[in-house]
Amino acid sequence: MLPDAVHHPALAHHFDDLGQQKEAATLGMWVFLVTEVLFFGGLFCVYAVYRGLYASAFGAASRELDVTLGAINTGVLITSSLTMALAVHAAQTGRRTALVGFLIATMILGTIFLGIKAVEYRDKFVHHHVPGPSFVFETADVPAEMLRADPGLTRHVQIFFSLYFVMTGLHALHMIIGLGIMTWMLWWSWRGRISAEYYSPIEVSGLYWHFVDIVWIFLFPLLYLIGRHAH
Amino acid sequence: MPTEHSDHILPTRIYYTIFGVLMLCTYLTVQISYFDLGAMNVVAALTIAALKATLVVLFFMHVKYSTRLTWAVVLGSVFWLGILLALTLGDYLTRAWRTFG
Repeated sequence: MLPDAVHHPALAHHFDDLGQQKEAATLGMWVFLVTEVLFFGGLFCVYAVYRGLYASAFGAASRELDVTLGAINTGVLITSSLTMALAVHAAQTGRRTALVGFLIATMILGTIFLGIKAVEYRDKFVHHHVPGPSFVFETADVPAEMLRADPGLTRHVQIFFSLYFVMTGLHALHMIIGLGIMTWMLWWSWRGRISAEYYSPIEVSGLYWHFVDIVWIFLFPLLYLIGRHAH
Repeated sequence: MPTEHSDHILPTRIYYTIFGVLMLCTYLTVQISYFDLGAMNVVAALTIAALKATLVVLFFMHVKYSTRLTWAVVLGSVFWLGILLALTLGDYLTRAWRTFG
């Protein structure tokens, strides 16, 4: 480590060295992510309870989602996690141009994800699948006799779509915040504030980005896949 | 306190390999969802999702190479999430007045 007299300009005075400072930053981010796990965890718990109670309604509603778009978006997000990991690697090895490039790639992929999500949301509005007074649920998949046999079905389907919008909406909000953080990191990287000695801002932003990816890794099968054969 | 292993730089091929496995898992979970396996559909989907999440945490998020304190915090999140799910579902699953599942 560098002696005190020539310490790194990014080293805060209450840390012994940059290594200790990075450990503290990483740990702090992880503690925040624990609160995020429990924040989304509450929603996953609500989803589990209602899916248990109304499995057939959740299945019928789930089949209205576009698996192809959902799968493409999963691929887009995983690719953005790769470019993020490569951005951190570029920062660690002090390659500024590569760092800037990978951050831009991550932001483009994040924007594509949000664009595809917007197409899916639009589709829900067009088909009146947004919970509320104008909600309509009539498909070839749900014959009239099924609706007669289970008068609560439309209501229970609305619970699915409510959870769909809240869970994917909160996830999308996290993506938007992530894009804001990436813009900030892009600025710092461009200005040369990030170096092989001091890259914890990139590392910690990466942790956030990967966490948002993990939330989607669970949302995709729960919302799009597991209800395909529920009766 | 010295922190000698905080600058562990992984070779990029690890990231490309993990990326490949994650994409393969995504393809598999979509394909599996087209078969009616009964309750196993949920089990398969969540097992693959948990595997993918673990790979992201260990390699993309560098936890495999982090301090024990970081490990404790990460495992703590899983533990408390487990409490949340276990106690809530333990209640709902055991209510006789409701058919569940």
